[in-house]
Amino acid sequence: MVADASMRMADLDPILERRARDPGALLQILREIQELRGNIDTATVTYLCAQLGIPRTRIEGVAGFYSFLNLQPRGEYRVLFSDNITDRMLGNQSLLEAMCHQLWLQPGKVSEDGLVSIATTSCTGMCDQGPAMLVNGRAITRLSLQRVQEIAQLIRNRTPLDSWPADFFRVDDNIRRGGLILDNKLAPGDALRSGLNIGEAGIVEEIKKSGLRGRGGAGFPTGLKWEACRNAAGTTKHVVCNADEGEPGTFKDRVLLTRQADLVFEGMTLCARAIGAQHGYLYLRGEYRYLLDPLQDVLQRRRESNLLGKDILGQSGFDFDIEIHLGAGAYICGEESALIESLEGKRGIPRSRPPFPVTHGYMQQPTAVDNVETFCSAALAIQMGADSFRAIGTAKSSGSKLISVSGDCPRPGIYEYPFGVSVREVLEDCGATNTRAVQVSGPSGICIAESEFHRKLGFEDLPTAGAFMVFDDSRDLFEVARNFVHFFAHESCGFCTPCRVGTSMLKSTMDKIAAGHGTRFDLAEIENLDHVLQTTAHCGLGRTACNPVLHTLKHFRPAYENRLKSLDFEPAFDLDGALARARQMTGRDDAGAHLKTEET
Amino acid sequence: MSDTFHLDGAEVPFESGQTVMQAALAAGHYIPHLCYHPEFKPHGSCKLCTVKVNGRTTASCTMPAEAGLEIESETEELNALRRTLVQMLFAEGNHFCPSCEKSGNCMLQALGYDLEVHTAGFRHLYPDRPVDASHPDILLDFNRCILCELCVRASSEVDGKNVFGLAGRGITKHLIVNAESGQLADTDIALADKAMQVCPVGVILPKRVGFSIPIGSRRYDERPISAQALDDAPRQSAASGGCTACEE
Ligand SMILES: Cc1cc2nc3c(=O)[nH]c(=O)nc-3n(C[C@H](O)[C@H](O)[C@H](O)COP(=O)(O)O)c2cc1C
Ligand code: SF4
Ligand code: SF4
Ligand code: FES
Repeated sequence: MVADASMRMADLDPILERRARDPGALLQILREIQELRGNIDTATVTYLCAQLGIPRTRIEGVAGFYSFLNLQPRGEYRVLFSDNITDRMLGNQSLLEAMCHQLWLQPGKVSEDGLVSIATTSCTGMCDQGPAMLVNGRAITRLSLQRVQEIAQLIRNRTPLDSWPADFFRVDDNIRRGGLILDNKLAPGDALRSGLNIGEAGIVEEIKKSGLRGRGGAGFPTGLKWEACRNAAGTTKHVVCNADEGEPGTFKDRVLLTRQADLVFEGMTLCARAIGAQHGYLYLRGEYRYLLDPLQDVLQRRRESNLLGKDILGQSGFDFDIEIHLGAGAYICGEESALIESLEGKRGIPRSRPPFPVTHGYMQQPTAVDNVETFCSAALAIQMGADSFRAIGTAKSSGSKLISVSGDCPRPGIYEYPFGVSVREVLEDCGATNTRAVQVSGPSGICIAESEFHRKLGFEDLPTAGAFMVFDDSRDLFEVARNFVHFFAHESCGFCTPCRVGTSMLKSTMDKIAAGHGTRFDLAEIENLDHVLQTTAHCGLGRTACNPVLHTLKHFRPAYENRLKSLDFEPAFDLDGALARARQMTGRDDAGAHLKTEET
Repeated sequence: MSDTFHLDGAEVPFESGQTVMQAALAAGHYIPHLCYHPEFKPHGSCKLCTVKVNGRTTASCTMPAEAGLEIESETEELNALRRTLVQMLFAEGNHFCPSCEKSGNCMLQALGYDLEVHTAGFRHLYPDRPVDASHPDILLDFNRCILCELCVRASSEVDGKNVFGLAGRGITKHLIVNAESGQLADTDIALADKAMQVCPVGVILPKRVGFSIPIGSRRYDERPISAQALDDAPRQSAASGGCTACEE
């Protein structure tokens, strides 16, 4: 029996071997098993408990946290339609229905023959070339009815993914406007050499002087972060590049990692030099799995050129290397402390702070976590000098910013601007017309209407992590907000009461309004939920979860009010509807078998 | 000499390393709490202990005490937030207090009374959570779980067993037990475990001891939770500045 079991698990041994049976690598191990086998079944969990020496509660806890890990079989082909509002606007729902129809199955269910399942997932970062999907974790772009039908046929024929047309998997960069970062002509090692010339403390000083602020959303001054990490007690330190890019509508890190990987790694290496770190990690969202191999190649090339590894560029004692960790479908892992938990192979739950990662990060050691674009900008600031860097952008927002444009415009893609560009200029450049609203910085950001298109992107006015979703006058902003609310409810980590329950309550209230049962009371409830979430949620996800509703309510209140009943209260529960089953069973449908609906 | 901060105007001494909650309880000041337990490392998930520190709201059980902080706790604004949080916890699970063995000894219910939660507030979610009656001596009624993780912490930190764990995410987060079958009977839990004693609500119950004390004469039927929580907190001796005697 035992021998039999370990025979069936023999395929897992190379994975366990490669990860040295380290429980800290649990997430990476589970992810690789998922990729190999399509799920992680009960027997596999039992085997892992023994091999890793950890309780099964820990393994099931981790596997159950990440969307892309399946404890139950989900079919040989697991299809996930990206479900950002931009995918919806491009018709993903009818494509999903068509595919389900063609393959004879219901959304969310596995087909009876165990061949395929079709479901949705949060934004996969392909908004400029959607609708998009993932099949067994591989990104497919530019879906059309024809493409979906071809995919269904390939699945039915059990064609291995490697034999599918390469064009399905093509991801375009769609760079529409270059600038400081995208047009840089540095050779690998250039910025690093400049950094070595000014010395470790010099790098921190230069970054501080450059005025560089984090590009991941919070806008924390990068120089101060590096300085705090440099001054933190401890000899083992870490640099983490946040490439989780989970904010719906954001895809600039995808393009940077495709086109400017050297610059990203160069920025990380400079940071390592400045803070005295030996270990670097790139936390790459699972949706960008296809970037793993090319990025590994870049890292290998850099090792061979002595830009990573021991005694980098001949500086004795300057040892630093970078590992890539893949996420597995959890937006919350973009939050830096949840990201660190995830790096440690755990459920991605944001930590209580203080202490902050700069002193107690990965393995409780000092850790600098920065966004992909922040590292690119840092490398350029070192190369060109703080003064030249500062000269670009505005007084409080130096440098340039990559904007991910999607939605209603003829030219979606990546636009790089010096900070201070107005919303209207971006709209003009991407060719948008009849624009009703723009969602700046994703669902957790801000929705602005035409009266505010003069506002400028930058920390002074409209801070942004990069998303720029355009909605024209054919769009219903209520539905936009509802999509975002569903996103937050789906991505809440569930740790704290207000967000775990509050995002679900918000979702059901929005669904109630959508179904035509909303009342003024529900709008008041939304405002109360917002207050509770903003004041008591544990992290930024919960604190911003009501933003989409509040912002659209502010500008587009009629979109809500048109849907409300004129009553003050309307039960979400449909009494007459609840009797439908009884009517069916008794074969009655006369007036007496219906409850009277109240007069309006 | 220890430093102090102000809680609702009262001066509270603390020792370095203490959180606001620990210092407050030790000095005889009650701050509502649910996932905090004096014998365990603070968790910070229920958020009932939310206070206002220099104008910003934060969980007091995880907030390190600092000299000179001005903290508000017993205000209508904060109690209104706490009321909503209690309503959320009630709405999230299936709580039928009259038929619950824990009624009267339940912290959630006691907080509901103490904070004067008079209405449901939210549409109830009515989740489907089957009970686990597999164990000969212990019943698990997941319907009442508020996900405070106290049993998880007690089992791993005190009992050295890991009987409990959490799985899922968001609103689907749920308690699991450490067995391939998923059943409590197949774990190494024992009646004497610490994990048997910490559940603030009525999930983890010994079988065959139902209603030995009648409802009406139970712990929180006698005195409100705000008065009793202090009895459980480790109190400082008079020497270290905490005044135990004058509080009651
Ligand atoms: C819910 C949530 C999700 C986040 N997602 C990301 C992300 O995908 N990428 C990112 O760089 N920062 C993200 N952040 C911000 C990070 O916590 C952190 O501030 C950032 O990585 C710091 O890097 P920076 O200073 O270079 O911006 C997120 C924050 C929250 C609260
Ligand atoms: S706010 Fe939401 S995402 Fe953040 S810790 Fe709480 S439950 Fe998790
Ligand atoms: S069973 Fe009880 S102690 Fe355990 S998490 Fe649920 S409520 Fe907390
Ligand atoms: S008691 Fe502080 S968060 Fe629960």
